[in-house]
Amino acid sequence: MRRFLTAAAVALPMLGFGAGAMAQETVKIGYIDPLSGGGASVGEVGLKTFQYLADQINADGGILGKKVEIVPFDNKTNPQESLIQAQKAADAGIRYITQGNGSAVAAALSGFVTKHNSRNPGKEMLYLNYAAVDPVLTNAKCSYWHFRWDANSDIKMEALTNYIKGVPSIKKVYLINQDYSFGQSVRSEARKMLAAKRPDIKIVGDELHPLLKITDFSPYIAKIKASGADSVVTGNWGQDIALLLKAAADAGLKVNWYTYYSGGAGGPTAIKQAGLDHQVFQITEGIPNAGHKSAVDFEKAFREKTHLSLWYPRAVNQMRMFKAAAEKAKSLDPVKVAAALEGMEIEVLDGGKGTMRKDDHQFLQPIYISSFGSLTDKEPFDEEGTGWGWKLVAKIDTAQATLPTTCKMKRP
Amino acid sequence: MTDVTSQAPSPAQSGPAQSLGFYAIWAVCILGVILLPLIFTSGGSHTTFSLIGIAIIFALSYNILLGQTGLLSFGHAVYYGLGGFLAVHGMNAIVAHELPVPLPFVPLIGGFAGLVFALVIGWVSTQRAGTVFAMISLGVGELVASSSLILRSFFGGEAGITTNRTDLPTIFGLSFGPQIQVYYLIAFWLVISAIGMYALTRTPLGRMCNAVRDNPERVQFIGYDPHVVRYLAFCFAGFFAGIAGALAAINFEIANAAYLGAVQSGVVLFAAFIGGVSYFFGPILGAIVVTMLQLELADITSVWQLYFGIIFIGIVMFAPGGIASLLMMHRPLLRAGTLPMVLPSYLIAIVPTLLFACGVILGIEVLGAYSQGSADSTTIRLFRIPFEAASPMTWLAAVVLTIGGFFVARMTWRGIAGAWDRAAMAARERGYLS
Amino acid sequence: MLELIVISTLNGVLFGMLLFLLSSGLTVIFSMMGVLNFAHASFYMLGAFFGYQLTKWIGFWPALIFAPLLVSLIGMAVERYGLRQTHKHGHVAELLLTFGLAFAIEQVVQMIWGKLPMDYRVPAILDFPAFTIFSTNYPAYKMFMLLISVAIFIALLVTLKRTRVGLIVQAALTHPNMVAHLGHNVGRVFMLVFGVGTALAAVAGVIAGPALVTQSDMAALLGPILFVVIVVGGLGSLPGAFVASLLIGLIQTFAVSMNGSLASLFGPLDPSIGPSLLTDIWNVTIAQIAPILPYVLLVLVLIVRPMGLMGTRES
Repeated sequence: MRRFLTAAAVALPMLGFGAGAMAQETVKIGYIDPLSGGGASVGEVGLKTFQYLADQINADGGILGKKVEIVPFDNKTNPQESLIQAQKAADAGIRYITQGNGSAVAAALSGFVTKHNSRNPGKEMLYLNYAAVDPVLTNAKCSYWHFRWDANSDIKMEALTNYIKGVPSIKKVYLINQDYSFGQSVRSEARKMLAAKRPDIKIVGDELHPLLKITDFSPYIAKIKASGADSVVTGNWGQDIALLLKAAADAGLKVNWYTYYSGGAGGPTAIKQAGLDHQVFQITEGIPNAGHKSAVDFEKAFREKTHLSLWYPRAVNQMRMFKAAAEKAKSLDPVKVAAALEGMEIEVLDGGKGTMRKDDHQFLQPIYISSFGSLTDKEPFDEEGTGWGWKLVAKIDTAQATLPTTCKMKRP
Repeated sequence: MTDVTSQAPSPAQSGPAQSLGFYAIWAVCILGVILLPLIFTSGGSHTTFSLIGIAIIFALSYNILLGQTGLLSFGHAVYYGLGGFLAVHGMNAIVAHELPVPLPFVPLIGGFAGLVFALVIGWVSTQRAGTVFAMISLGVGELVASSSLILRSFFGGEAGITTNRTDLPTIFGLSFGPQIQVYYLIAFWLVISAIGMYALTRTPLGRMCNAVRDNPERVQFIGYDPHVVRYLAFCFAGFFAGIAGALAAINFEIANAAYLGAVQSGVVLFAAFIGGVSYFFGPILGAIVVTMLQLELADITSVWQLYFGIIFIGIVMFAPGGIASLLMMHRPLLRAGTLPMVLPSYLIAIVPTLLFACGVILGIEVLGAYSQGSADSTTIRLFRIPFEAASPMTWLAAVVLTIGGFFVARMTWRGIAGAWDRAAMAARERGYLS
Repeated sequence: MLELIVISTLNGVLFGMLLFLLSSGLTVIFSMMGVLNFAHASFYMLGAFFGYQLTKWIGFWPALIFAPLLVSLIGMAVERYGLRQTHKHGHVAELLLTFGLAFAIEQVVQMIWGKLPMDYRVPAILDFPAFTIFSTNYPAYKMFMLLISVAIFIALLVTLKRTRVGLIVQAALTHPNMVAHLGHNVGRVFMLVFGVGTALAAVAGVIAGPALVTQSDMAALLGPILFVVIVVGGLGSLPGAFVASLLIGLIQTFAVSMNGSLASLFGPLDPSIGPSLLTDIWNVTIAQIAPILPYVLLVLVLIVRPMGLMGTRES
């Protein structure tokens, strides 16, 4: 045993070389997301989701007879590191990358594939974005080589405000967001859209706080309380949403929370701890308890295998569509797959039609608003073992969840 | 730390053969820098070499502070990052106004940006050395990093500012699109900066920096102001950090808040210290090691951060002078010809030490696989050998290797110490070691 | 207005006391041993995780005793087998050792407990609003944190200034040889001091865990601000750390409650200028920059008074 290990240890420096030389027997998708450090809890969920989806496709015979392989790359949520990892993926002959955490990373990667493809014709790469929601990626900075399956934050706000339009009890809204591009676009779109659709609603507060730096939200809660708001709209994620809700519960603040990411890691636990039963709402492109038969089956199988709940219904759409596009193009060449993806329409996981808009490569799909709290018999799935789960509040149809784009696509 | 620096060879004072050797080392290094990408031709290795080149300039600039002047900075990335941002803005301005400035001159923009900010910030922060300086650098670092998210029009928020290096005017027909061209650009600046920084250590200012590090009071007695000396060193460090930042900006074609952050400042501290701050070439080694670790470790193991911490603790505890001083320890023995007395004990020690390391690694990996919990992936692959993390045999192997390896290794380490003593004694008799 | 002032003051004091709870251990270690312990926040995190685990097994109150004891054992081992070896290479080496340690501890915690936040709850006996002021509830648990902080402050102060143990400890720092000649084991004194310092961090962890988020990145989040507190207060000064904690807590909470910006003071800029550095500065509100104010304070204090508010020496 010992001798065996030493011999192997001598071979250690050989590791990391020669990996890229293997023939393309599989379709490799580079998964570039945080797998260590603060963002790793989220990145690992994504990786397991994609690996599960790849296994599913492989069980059905793969894509054009080839197996799908997800190759993880750890980007530590750092844009520079992501570029290094993308370069590594390119060197290993990987032609498809997928990423979701952090719009800064997404912008860097989108720029990377665009430059890479113009400088290396014949070795094009495609960037499949499953979660970065900065609107700029499909507007001012759009790229032909970037496809996005999540609804961008403006579209989500459009859906949310279309819902709020029909809820007269909302009268005073407080906005609190993280001080960076995503938080700012949530804030400015909320102001703009609410003013257009519900001019009677008063914006009683508009707060930006630094990203992931606040340990005590009680001063902010005091401000919200003083403003007399009945609803809070926030794009906060990670600990910023968990701590915010905890501080609110501590101070006994009773408002409704309209959030983007309260379902993220630790969010449900925090809501349960704070005891905010059906006071926290979330805007997503799918929920476990929507009741669509095939989605329920999928969720059940997924949970059984991975012990996770499906955070990314869009990843399911993405992989299914990727397969369909490759089969339509009868090729795994990214150039042909990209052409096939443009304007493609599929049945999304939770039911209904979704389209990859040709103008900006933004996927348009129905959006769901759900609230978190105690469940009835009709809702079988809870979250993070809390016994509470998401309950459908409203489904916003695709037509109500669409915005025009300013993208001027440069096609190759 | 002090006496080793004064032992470093000085070409001006030694004989012609030594001075020839000194220039030969530089020539070999430069030749290596030129030939390396021709030997390793894959795109990945070009990227790696480029990153190492940038890291070396940055680490050397940091060592002007820590090694030469004794200033521990927690915010050196500020000058690196500002250099990068100014370089990107400069490149965009060159493109927008069609200025006739080709890409190879852009690093100067970064250098001067670093210099200007160092001139401004340095005066107040170098008034004192030690903890006060360290804490001011920490505070300034946090301030600049936080304001980069607030001052959006300049820093571009958390997405940063992008540029396209191929849009600049070409020179010698080089577009700087392919990585290899960027590598040679970085290599060019690496050689220039390294020579510049080495020359700096040989100037009277460089010597005064050492004096200020060792005994500021005596420096004051002979009529120099330690504050001014520290300030000048700080400005030079800022200038070269700015060049490194600009090169990074050229390489990535993006500048963002991560350039300025505490992580970047921490990495350069790691690099300089692991390499060894008391020798000029220490940070070079450190930059190579740390960059390789950053690039490769995360691919091999998911708990790379733990290894990073352990390696760092190990270096601090057992080789506080860094890799460089470990190597330089052997120099007098080599000259005296007594090195062969030590080598056999090294060869004996290497086997149990490796076994011990394997045991530790196996233990960590087993724990890592076990704790990640998913039932289907408890098989870990170590050196391409599969291990079953749940199997008691694996656990046993880890424990036996770690404990057994440690005790055997410790015996061989004592052997090294004994052999070393004999070799040093012999070297002393021959007059090579005082 | 009055409402906001009263509530902000209360919140500021509460936050400040939490900061003090965290920085007291750091400042004790520094004042005795001259070591800037970068891993201090990691011991705080260990305290929170041990507290969570022990609460699950034996309940909150025993955990409050045993978790700090366990952490202090680890701390003493670090001192005995790590710092003591490194001491001869100077303070920079010691500091870097703790730097590496912080890395390793974070990863170990991730390996054992994973990366997701723990479900660490306030004990039921303290889970009620203590009082209500201007219709805002103040949870009893926060009052409990306040109480513990004050108690620790007084206990530390008395021990250091009024007891024989404190005298020996302080003497061991400046005159280790003399203290050794008097028959005290200096090595053991340092080891115990380090143990006490890390235990204090762990107490903070056990208590703050349920109030904040118990997660493997909680150390990295609070690390830098602790240095601000002890440096602003004066390195090694316990009263200084106390004052600085309160000051930073209050500054931050009051800044958050203010919406003013240059734009609101002087009116908005001419929109024809377009977005520039000036408009960024013009429109930023005080609330937005609240979390970076401690660092401004840090730099200003160090420039004007390098020994800190109540410190007696510079390093």
